[in-house]
Amino acid sequence: MKRRNFVGLTGLAAGALFLPSFPSLGGALVDPARLLEPGADTAQKKRLADAGLNAAKAAGASYADVRIGRYLNQSVFTREKQVQGIASTESYGVGVRVIANGTWGFASTNTVTEAGIAKAAQLAVQIAKANSKVQKEKVQLAPQAGFGEVSWKAPIQQNAFEVPIKDKVDLLLGVNAKALDLGVSFVNSILSQVNEQKYFASTDGSYIDQDIHRIYPSFNVTAIDRASGKFRSRQALSSPVGMGYEYLTPKAADKVAGPTGSDVVGYKYSYDMLEDVAAAAKQVKQKLTAKSVVPGKYDLVLDPHHLGLTIHESVGHPLELDRVLGYEANYAGTSFATLEWKAKGLPYGSKVVNIVADKTQPGTLGAVGYDDEGVKTKRWDLIKEGRLVDYEKIRDQAHMVGQKESDGCCYSQSWQDVQFQRMPNVSLQPGKAKLSVDELVSKVDKGIYIAGNGSFSIDQQRFNFQFGGQVFYAIEKGKITEMLEDVAYQANTQEFWNSCAATCDESDFRFFGAFNDGKGQPSQSSAVSHGSATTRFNGVNVINTARKIG
Amino acid sequence: MAILSQPEAQALLKKVLGYSTADECAASLDGRTTGNIRYARNSVSTAGSQNSVSLAVESRFGKRSGVATCNEFDEATLRRCVQRAEEIARLAPESPEYVPLLGPQTYLSPPSAAPTVLTAAARAQAAADSMAVCAARNLTAAGFLDGGTRFTALRNSKGLEAYQQSTNTDFSVTVRTADGRGSGYAIADVTDPTKLNAKALTQRAADKAAASVNAKAIEPGKYTVILEPAALVDSGDLSLLGGLMYGLDARSADEGRSFMTKKGGGNRKGEKLFDERITIYSDPLNAEVPGNAFDGNGLPTQRLGWIEKGVVKQLYYSRFWAEKNKVTATPFPSGFVMSGGTQSTADLIKSTAKGILITRLWYIREVDPQTLLYTGLTRDGTFYIENGAIKFPIKNMRFNESPIIMLNNLEAIGRPVRLAGCLVPPLKIRDFTFTSLSDAI
Repeated sequence: MKRRNFVGLTGLAAGALFLPSFPSLGGALVDPARLLEPGADTAQKKRLADAGLNAAKAAGASYADVRIGRYLNQSVFTREKQVQGIASTESYGVGVRVIANGTWGFASTNTVTEAGIAKAAQLAVQIAKANSKVQKEKVQLAPQAGFGEVSWKAPIQQNAFEVPIKDKVDLLLGVNAKALDLGVSFVNSILSQVNEQKYFASTDGSYIDQDIHRIYPSFNVTAIDRASGKFRSRQALSSPVGMGYEYLTPKAADKVAGPTGSDVVGYKYSYDMLEDVAAAAKQVKQKLTAKSVVPGKYDLVLDPHHLGLTIHESVGHPLELDRVLGYEANYAGTSFATLEWKAKGLPYGSKVVNIVADKTQPGTLGAVGYDDEGVKTKRWDLIKEGRLVDYEKIRDQAHMVGQKESDGCCYSQSWQDVQFQRMPNVSLQPGKAKLSVDELVSKVDKGIYIAGNGSFSIDQQRFNFQFGGQVFYAIEKGKITEMLEDVAYQANTQEFWNSCAATCDESDFRFFGAFNDGKGQPSQSSAVSHGSATTRFNGVNVINTARKIG
Repeated sequence: MAILSQPEAQALLKKVLGYSTADECAASLDGRTTGNIRYARNSVSTAGSQNSVSLAVESRFGKRSGVATCNEFDEATLRRCVQRAEEIARLAPESPEYVPLLGPQTYLSPPSAAPTVLTAAARAQAAADSMAVCAARNLTAAGFLDGGTRFTALRNSKGLEAYQQSTNTDFSVTVRTADGRGSGYAIADVTDPTKLNAKALTQRAADKAAASVNAKAIEPGKYTVILEPAALVDSGDLSLLGGLMYGLDARSADEGRSFMTKKGGGNRKGEKLFDERITIYSDPLNAEVPGNAFDGNGLPTQRLGWIEKGVVKQLYYSRFWAEKNKVTATPFPSGFVMSGGTQSTADLIKSTAKGILITRLWYIREVDPQTLLYTGLTRDGTFYIENGAIKFPIKNMRFNESPIIMLNNLEAIGRPVRLAGCLVPPLKIRDFTFTSLSDAI
């Protein structure tokens, strides 16, 4: 419990799921206009990168890559009628990673000159050589042909940094005003925007220039019953996305209604923040008097905004090959889905469970042209008809599972951190047969519909998890009957996915996003999306979370 | 350049304030020289170092405030940084929570900086020692060692001057058996790195790993538990005691959205909420775990009783909330001390007829802020105790428990040890609630 953790933890305590502990990447606070200034051109960046690559080779590196990164962030925070903070940051520097004596070495610098980068490259080689003395396994890189000079840009329609801050403040204060008008006690809202301008060069002959954008609007409303002292909150059903400001222009085609009687609306590629806060204000007051759940076994109908986090924790993480192999044993943990477990061919899930990894889906948080070690991104199967078929891996891991290529999911949160294996977008494929949410619910005799993500916890090998949500509705004899409270479900990953009975069709499919997924020591953050359609799981254990503290 | 002395830092800050044209201006410097090494599968995976100093300037015009930062210190850059803070301030909306900058303050001098720090070679040697312990026993180590020196200096246009240097080294190691059927953990943090014994800590984790093989399943339910300090506080994530201490916030309580909210309005400061043996205070001068002398605003820290004999004596008040409520502002401390007895964890085990020893808790998240209900799981060494001795390892379990309920169900309290910047005793708690089994090892 050190002071440097205080900000992040108070954020958690306030229920601010996935909101950034800002500024988290050590960037300098700058004038917003700075975020629109162009960075160095590609000719300059190539010259700088070559200085690093040449210095690394001269110092004895057998491989080197140079990442020149300009990371731009802006966040606007408000509560009720006031702006709490507006911060614009820029972080610019270079990370050099090398292999020398079969060992990784890494160094970074914010002296972005040929001499500064060459010095970092030499230091990286020095570190690699020093560590090679206590190294037991030599690094083996999967082959990767150079791409020459290429570029990739996220297909956004409007750079969020071009929108005046006043418009953003007006939007958030408008959201707050609506919530207060509708009788909530408190409301916080936030808009976070990110632009990663990344240049990657390697001794394989790649010079890759990329422009990546992310945006995340969110809010949290709280209602209080002063007489009883009871309080409840409801967070936004928005998702962070790999898009520009166009995400905040609502389109009717992107709205998906939850089951009849639930009063829930989900969002695809655009978000109606004012509509959602109005629904939240109504629901948060209902939560104060909703019936406390009777614990027991229920069939769960999970909306994509909720199920995305369950996919993240129970499929995305256990299939990270570094965890499987033991590299994260001291912190994030290992995985039940070991190579031996996979070889047994046991079912991960039921036949309707088809899960894919994909780093190419437009508008998602994981979408890039090339990863942070110069591998072109792709889509691949993780689970087919319930069977585990593959993991998430990068260049120095492929040989460990007898494969010859990386999956292109290497990432670093900044120029000053070393890149490592991170989760790609991991999504449950929608059902092939036509199936609406109402049709799905109509077959449930005793169940609970859960929308939005709440409290979440899973063990270090990804067996046992517990999830809450934002809103819960009882399903009886095929119909939504009333709102419930104090709901959390506990399950074992394999039992849960094997209880997957049906998933709605493509028309209900949408992405949930995790804006700040943590892994590694020192911990690094990454952003990732998870798509699914509303899905049914049979006979899941539901607990009642109400307690009395006197 | 990364670690500036007090005179160097204050001279630089004085220069920065000299460029200000704002009504009020505050400047701060934060610097660090730290290094780390990470290993897994008995082999080094990554190593890094960080040398950095950054300057933050806050300029204020009336109730408008702007902040800019930079990490270069030539005159032109410093001037630009101040100008940028002023430009941002002029464009900012007025803050309804404005409080004027603090004037000169008097600070304590915590013994927070040791004269020595670990070199890269010493870090590599500690990692090698740790791995050697495991390799010799056919066990696998994954560990992380991170440490160095930091400093913070503040100065403002009202005459406030503050400076503190500190050293800290964190080490943690998870040891697993080669077949993955056993896992153990040890963690420590020290001000003086010469006091860190990575080998002994690894030995402890290795013993737990070896002893945790062939874990039996027991029925989830309410059990007497002995929570080791690593199961009570954590340096990197939410913890049972950390969550409780962070929750002692006056504003959220007064607003009606905290477990500290009083029915009908106001907060529960002054009420007895815990067993009378629970006393928690903060003390920046504690020799074993020295704390910060001031918070980010320059507010001086001092010894402060938060919970005394089970009664909540103090809540955290920001300067704004303190002024609004006409009370003294409380800086949030960098760590806390929980009073205890003289018994070791081994002594607590000896006095236990039936119970569970918990090494570490993991993935703790808040389930209900109204009751401070948390969920999470045991990890890396969970054992069944019978008739005063450890009988067998048990499978990990998920708990759903509130630290408020837990600290009312106190059976015994042990001798405090330093962990995560705090001094925390092992606790024996009755009726700790486990709700399901986990197969995780």
